[in-house]
Amino acid sequence: MAAEKMALAKAINESLRTALDADPKVLIMGEDVGKLGGVFRVTDGLQKDFGEDRVIDTPLAESGIVGTAIGLALRGYRPVVEIQFDGFVFPAYDQIVTQLAKMHARALGKIKLPVVIRIPYGGGIGAVEHHSESPEALFAHVAGLKVVSPSNASDAYWMMQQAIQSDDPVIFFEPKRRYWDKGEVTTDAIPGPLHKAVVAREGSDLTLAAYGPMVKVCLEAAAAAQEEGKSIEVLDLRSMSPIDFDSVQASVEKTRRLVVVHEAPVFLGTGAEIAARITERCFYHLEAPVLRVGGYHAPYPPARLEEEYLPGLDRVLDAVDRSLAY
Amino acid sequence: MTVESTAARKPRRSAGTTAAKSGADTTGTKSAASKRTSAAGKKSPGVPGAPGASGPGPELVQLLTPEGERVKDATYDPYVADITPEELRGLYRDMVLTRRFDAEATSLQRQGELGLWASLLGQEAAQIGSGRATREDDYVFPTYREHGVAWCRGVDPTNLLGMFRGVNNGGWDPNSNNFHLYTIVIGSQTLHATGYAMGIAKDGADSAVIAYFGDGASSQGDVAESFTFSAVYNAPVVFFCQNNQWAISEPTEKQTRVPLYQRAQGYGFPGVRVDGNDVLACLAVTKWALERARRGEGPTLVEAYTYRMGAHTTSDDPTKYRADEEREAWEAKDPILRLRTYLEASNHADEGFFAELEAESEALGKRVREVVRAMPDPDHFAIFENVYADGHALVDEERAQFAAYQASFADEGEGK
Repeated sequence: MAAEKMALAKAINESLRTALDADPKVLIMGEDVGKLGGVFRVTDGLQKDFGEDRVIDTPLAESGIVGTAIGLALRGYRPVVEIQFDGFVFPAYDQIVTQLAKMHARALGKIKLPVVIRIPYGGGIGAVEHHSESPEALFAHVAGLKVVSPSNASDAYWMMQQAIQSDDPVIFFEPKRRYWDKGEVTTDAIPGPLHKAVVAREGSDLTLAAYGPMVKVCLEAAAAAQEEGKSIEVLDLRSMSPIDFDSVQASVEKTRRLVVVHEAPVFLGTGAEIAARITERCFYHLEAPVLRVGGYHAPYPPARLEEEYLPGLDRVLDAVDRSLAY
Repeated sequence: MTVESTAARKPRRSAGTTAAKSGADTTGTKSAASKRTSAAGKKSPGVPGAPGASGPGPELVQLLTPEGERVKDATYDPYVADITPEELRGLYRDMVLTRRFDAEATSLQRQGELGLWASLLGQEAAQIGSGRATREDDYVFPTYREHGVAWCRGVDPTNLLGMFRGVNNGGWDPNSNNFHLYTIVIGSQTLHATGYAMGIAKDGADSAVIAYFGDGASSQGDVAESFTFSAVYNAPVVFFCQNNQWAISEPTEKQTRVPLYQRAQGYGFPGVRVDGNDVLACLAVTKWALERARRGEGPTLVEAYTYRMGAHTTSDDPTKYRADEEREAWEAKDPILRLRTYLEASNHADEGFFAELEAESEALGKRVREVVRAMPDPDHFAIFENVYADGHALVDEERAQFAAYQASFADEGEGK
């Protein structure tokens, strides 16, 4: 297979299929991942082709899913587990933070924990409570975990390949409202490193840094700003742990202005970390303070209010204007 | 406080007498512990018809009474039928040396050489019996008190002390002896054990897994989830619960209203309560459970009914929450004394054996002391070691910053 246009969810499905094919130690585990193919059908057809022993429907117990995946990894398997929705990861948070993240270091490097935890995350699909959260900062804060999120089908395919091949635990946040967005996936191209940020759109007046679901919004904002004669660069961070600060720095040294955009609450979030680091690194290059656009310090609101909560085109452009006004 | 070490160094030969004085009987049903339970039961009756949650009850599997007498058990005798006098002496040796090691570690904590210690005093039979039941290719997932099991697995006991001294957070390669790192978050390891066992089943191997936890951990959701997963996937895992009666200051009544071993029934696998101070019974029951697992018959819950004679850890003060009489009653059931009585009565061991063991015990204590005191503080850069297997840009950056900061002190030193 060379280049093919496919939806982001399908790209992940293809990536999992490739991994299952290539390595008998790769397992898929989660609630409803088998016969149903996952509530978003990301694992559709995999159990049919690889059997119940490789694509495992689990009891409805998130801590159990992650805890047993740790045991399977210790036995030499490479489990890829699905947490059905973002807000349901918290029953497993203890296993992820106190066990999965630390075991490699505790064993002085003698054991490896190649576990991928897939989490469909973020809002914009009109879901009920606990189905639209963006808890990536909670995971990025924990040493021992790697945290990534693709924004498009091609990255979804390749980043999943790389996450599965990693000997470290990877929290793989899937932008659920982009599951149905189609993009070109080239399955025989050589991908860049998993944690490298990429310039999604070149520009010279200001950098918008985003990841996952917000990259598309930022690209739309940059296109709108173009009509007003503003040249906006869009950086797709792709990884929240580690963060590719070198790429952010390079972009900011060029544009001298930075706005970080994410769905998660702004307070103590990924944007805060980027603002602090970039202020340290680029103090004399910056023409304006680093601004952040994101969620509020409030529970994710009911669906009828999520458009107000989520950063949209106007809120991003407003931040762009504020930055350019300095 | 090193009351513990006295018993280890000089096993009292008057075990039978002590037991008789304290009124302990062969089943243990009239012990002080069960009286306590009965009193609690009056206040709040448990399940009708079910044995009390904390009393040992007639269902307790026992092969060796507190007086050191061998008793018959049709189900479990076959698992120790071919045990040789040499193996019996070996079990005794294991228990004595483990107790000696434990006493030394307790002393070292009191001397400021260890930050903390979780003593296994009183639980030697549960650990040695079950530990010796495992095969080399089995995998053990301990909590943080399984010093006796580690001993059986061939882990150098001094390796266990690193995390308590504060020089590492684990400190051994789990795959060297198929003995996983100590797990401090209560019950987490039961899931790791279950997952590992699921892997064994997938591999088509006939190894088994044993997961250790306590009565307190039985209240944790992870333990319940591990029961669910292991039953659903028929995983070859033995859950070995050492019910030592106390979860820090909370008695078993605060964890359960039914005997812990009975929980297994609700998950669809067998549960057995064994006298945790009877090394032979622990060996036999664990062998039985491991063989079930190997045959593909799935998980088993073994509740070893025992007693933590010391504190929960050296930070704890059991005098604040339990009576001296309770400990005294359990001392009469001491696992080491009862095996010694049996060895002597059956002429399986002579004075020479005990004297040699005494000397070996002292030598172990000395070695532990010396090794702990000689443990170097870790290299400063160990902070950044093994955080990730594949590396991480932030760790690299912070390591470099740390190095520069450290180097700045070196420069100052040179200037002086």
